[in-house]
Amino acid sequence: MSEMKKIKNLKEFSTSADRFEGANLLCPGCAHSIIVREVLNATNDDLILSASTGCLEVCTAVYPYTSWDASWIHIGFENGSTAVAGAEAMYNALKRKGRLKQPDRNPKFVSFAGDGASYDIGFQWISGCMERGHNIMHIVLDNEVYANTGGQRSSSTPIGSSATTAPAGRVSYGEKKNKKDMVAIMASHNIPYSAQVAPNKWKDMVKKIQHGMAVEGPVFINAVSPCTTEWKFDPKDTMMLTDLATDSLVFPLYEIIDGCELNITYRPKNVLPVEEYLAAQGRFKHLFKDEYKHLIGEWQKRIDANWEYLNRREEARV
Amino acid sequence: MANIGWDEFEIGAMLRTFNGAIEDITGTLQEDRNYSPNSSFTASVADWRIEKPVFNKDYCIDCQFCWVYCPDISIVSRDKKMIGVDMDHCKGCGICVEVCPTNPKSLLMFPEKADEETEIANWPAKEDKEK
Ligand SMILES: Cc1ncc(C[n+]2csc(CCOP(=O)(O)OP(=O)(O)O)c2C)c(N)n1
Ligand code: SF4
Ligand code: SF4
Ligand code: SF4
Ligand SMILES: [Mg+2]
Repeated sequence: MSEMKKIKNLKEFSTSADRFEGANLLCPGCAHSIIVREVLNATNDDLILSASTGCLEVCTAVYPYTSWDASWIHIGFENGSTAVAGAEAMYNALKRKGRLKQPDRNPKFVSFAGDGASYDIGFQWISGCMERGHNIMHIVLDNEVYANTGGQRSSSTPIGSSATTAPAGRVSYGEKKNKKDMVAIMASHNIPYSAQVAPNKWKDMVKKIQHGMAVEGPVFINAVSPCTTEWKFDPKDTMMLTDLATDSLVFPLYEIIDGCELNITYRPKNVLPVEEYLAAQGRFKHLFKDEYKHLIGEWQKRIDANWEYLNRREEARV
Repeated sequence: MANIGWDEFEIGAMLRTFNGAIEDITGTLQEDRNYSPNSSFTASVADWRIEKPVFNKDYCIDCQFCWVYCPDISIVSRDKKMIGVDMDHCKGCGICVEVCPTNPKSLLMFPEKADEETEIANWPAKEDKEK
């Protein structure tokens, strides 16, 4: 196996030679690219990448330009995971037959996709990859909405968020269903590693990506990706929003090893009220009106219960 | 249609990022890469900006927060030192300014037309920490 890149601190990390380029067309302040950079810079190994249709794909492959300095493929919305799984299968076959020119290189196979592409439309493809045991990593850029087509709700959209297909107004508070627990679903495939990450905690991110790349078998990563356009906040505040997401425990950071062993990897010193997280985003603005205010209390209860659940699982090692 | 095999179909489109091959990409910094015209590195989004970040190195502690959180690979750090902003790729989001921890900040946003030297000469003084 190739040697793991040593990244002791941020100064050392900053000597990385990026393999993702600027002048892509992502919105100013888009978290997708912050996540992608942290992932790619976590390793020095060769990369074989894919992106499913969505903001990341559309904005980094605008003919005649590519923003990728590694092998990268796009096919469709649903099949980014199977695209790299196919590449991985082919690579293994060529290796077995002794037909690789440089058999000692140790490429990593990574598929990037949005929540729409992962939680909904590519769901069975990803499940298939996990079940078949491909040596790939699937990373969700979770902005909780179909951002690239104008903000339709996905099964990752949380309760009370206003989306174009679940708009808040006089008769509705927006999305009525709660977010799917995708990390748990993926862990149930008994894969060696699944985790939730956030770009503000770059060290936790790098550690998890490196762990995921080192294990044999499929890896699932859910990355919170605040979207300035659809969550409706100022582009300069992307990192502030990410801090609110992790520190209010709306996006707790944890990992699940071999489908069962759960470890919480970040415990905020000051847990922030969920209300602060909601108040910072235009998509939840209506929740602060009298008729919908009760939902904020329900939000807090739900997040508290989830934190309690994660803690109990960690304690029980199940 | 003629009977052709799967490997004879025309591929969708393939773009090469570099002219020629780079053996050790993670050991080759951007200035040493031979980008092809197909890499977005050769393009510019400078005209997206309304405001631009100005860097004042006098206060910088090289913490690299701006480097890691810049979405557009526009903070140039070399040998663990922040050395400036890549104005072809910066979209003016302002994240680097928000995450800069120094007092006064080492990066501040100014209108795109502002003169950098003048702004650095008139840099705000240290702020009292009471918010
Ligand atoms: C099969 C198919 N259905 C619908 C579309 C249209 N479409 C393109 S991008 C997109 C939204 C992507 O949302 P998500 O996966 O969450 O990524 P995001 O843009 O939010 O990063 C949709 C619906 C498509 N390209 N292909
Ligand atoms: S719409 Fe959201 S996810 Fe898409 S590029 Fe803009 S900020 Fe990024
Ligand atoms: S303003 Fe935004 S794009 Fe420009 S250097 Fe700062 S963080 Fe990067
Ligand atoms: S965040 Fe501020 S202090 Fe830190 S490296 Fe950047 S400019 Fe310097
Ligand atoms: Mg999305």
